[in-house]
Amino acid sequence: MAIGTSTDPIQGAAVPWRRVRPQREIADRMLKALCTVFTGLGVLVLGWILAMLIWEGVSALSPDIFTRTMPGPGSEGGGLANAIVGSVILTVLGIAVATPIGVLAGTYLAEYGRASKLASVIRFINDVLLSAPSILIGLFVYTIMVQPLGGYSGWAGGVALAIISLPVIVRTTEDMLRLVPTSLREAAAAMGAPQAHVITGISWRAARAGIITGILLAVARIAGETAPLLFTALNNSFWFSPSLLGGVSNLPVTIFQFALSPYANWQQLAWAGALIITAAILGLSLFARYLLKRGSR
Amino acid sequence: MNRMSVANRAADPSAPVRIAVKSLNFFYGEFQSLKDITINFYDRQVTALIGPSGCGKSTLLRTFNRIYSLYPDQRADGEVILDGRNILSSSINVNELRSRVGMVFQKPTPFPMTIYDNVAFGVRLYEKVPRSEVDDRVEAALRKAALWDEVKDKLQQSGMGLSGGQQQRLCIARTIAQRPEVVLFDEPTSALDPISTGKIEELIDHLRAEFTIVIVTHNMQQAARISQFTAFMYLGEVVEFGPTSTIFMNPTNKRTQDYVTGRFG
Repeated sequence: MAIGTSTDPIQGAAVPWRRVRPQREIADRMLKALCTVFTGLGVLVLGWILAMLIWEGVSALSPDIFTRTMPGPGSEGGGLANAIVGSVILTVLGIAVATPIGVLAGTYLAEYGRASKLASVIRFINDVLLSAPSILIGLFVYTIMVQPLGGYSGWAGGVALAIISLPVIVRTTEDMLRLVPTSLREAAAAMGAPQAHVITGISWRAARAGIITGILLAVARIAGETAPLLFTALNNSFWFSPSLLGGVSNLPVTIFQFALSPYANWQQLAWAGALIITAAILGLSLFARYLLKRGSR
Repeated sequence: MNRMSVANRAADPSAPVRIAVKSLNFFYGEFQSLKDITINFYDRQVTALIGPSGCGKSTLLRTFNRIYSLYPDQRADGEVILDGRNILSSSINVNELRSRVGMVFQKPTPFPMTIYDNVAFGVRLYEKVPRSEVDDRVEAALRKAALWDEVKDKLQQSGMGLSGGQQQRLCIARTIAQRPEVVLFDEPTSALDPISTGKIEELIDHLRAEFTIVIVTHNMQQAARISQFTAFMYLGEVVEFGPTSTIFMNPTNKRTQDYVTGRFG
């Protein structure tokens, strides 16, 4: 049999061309246009918020913000130094409480509990907690800490923020550990490593960047929380007690109070505070992404 | 010293039994994947397990270090005798067993740590050895795994940065650094290119001077090249077992003959 002797290509098709009807083409383009428009709308709103924040916030920024305490009613100038320091302390406190609990609970879910009944119940409760209204958590801590101990305190604020960040850390820890390939755990077990050693020496190490990212995202989540602090740390116009008993000044509640005030310099400070929080959260998120990217290499 | 010779690849008829399997059954939940297996594995010989997918060869391999017990729905009954003990018995410490029966997997599994720490991982697990001796053990293992010259200047770099073939040799170094008696290979070259495969095969041939080796492979030429004994498995049973030359040149079972000549599987 001769192969490849003909040089004439086939001219017609068995089924005529124009299978794709014009309506299909139009629908195809419409969907793309719709998706693009609504994406643009979402980004526009976000950009608007950021632009307004930067416009109003930058003009209110001054070195005083970081060096002076909050001004009294009717007095000129002033800063947010006590609120910034208070916020940092409350956030660190919350994360310090939530990290060990969250990482160990996430480890239980990914490494020990897995598909067990108890694990799925915990997972469900954690998801509920993840979306619980933060004001409810403030009220809860008010009932279990502020009332029995007879007063507002930074400790109660830290606990409230810990409860909010806990489900975030549990979830990301579990997700990141689940990304560690089973073959790696098998290989470590095949060396004779006990399960605790497999988890701490291999799984945690492999998921380290992801777990730290989860903790940073939890920091970002609680840094701007207002509602849970209203009932726990409250606020303070002056430097708070180093024992953290009594009200502890913080940025979110200060923004809330100053933004509603009739004084122009208080409103300016609220804008500056909002900008500082946003910039801090943005910076943390970028750092978290960087860590994750570096860790996945 | 005769056994040390690489050129001599024929089965040693006088080799003592290192692992004796007697009436072994294996279950994944309700499904029985190994049926009444009885077979011996000889000391410092390479035994290849061949057979079509799903025949139970990997399952058999995974009973020798009880790695299956990581999964609650898998169980084995019968006897697997190593050093005079039934390793399936509940009185056996599985971690001790696994430090004596090493395993190399299909996909390279370097741990997320430096090359040095990868190899030192097993050494440090159950032995208290001074730092200088760990250094020596790491170097010796990497040399035996034919990887030393490629990594000696980057021991503190991550093991994940090596090529696939190097990663697999790192895993072999990690396993032998622990000084096991038996080394199990589960299709160790199926994820590698032909050149890396050649290196691993050569390595396995060298390693049998010191270790009893069991290898699961889909590649029949590989089984013929590197093993002294071959077991052909089908549907959870050992159909035929014997010296590799007999299994490939002169099998007694029709099914074995069909499989090794490529007529089915």
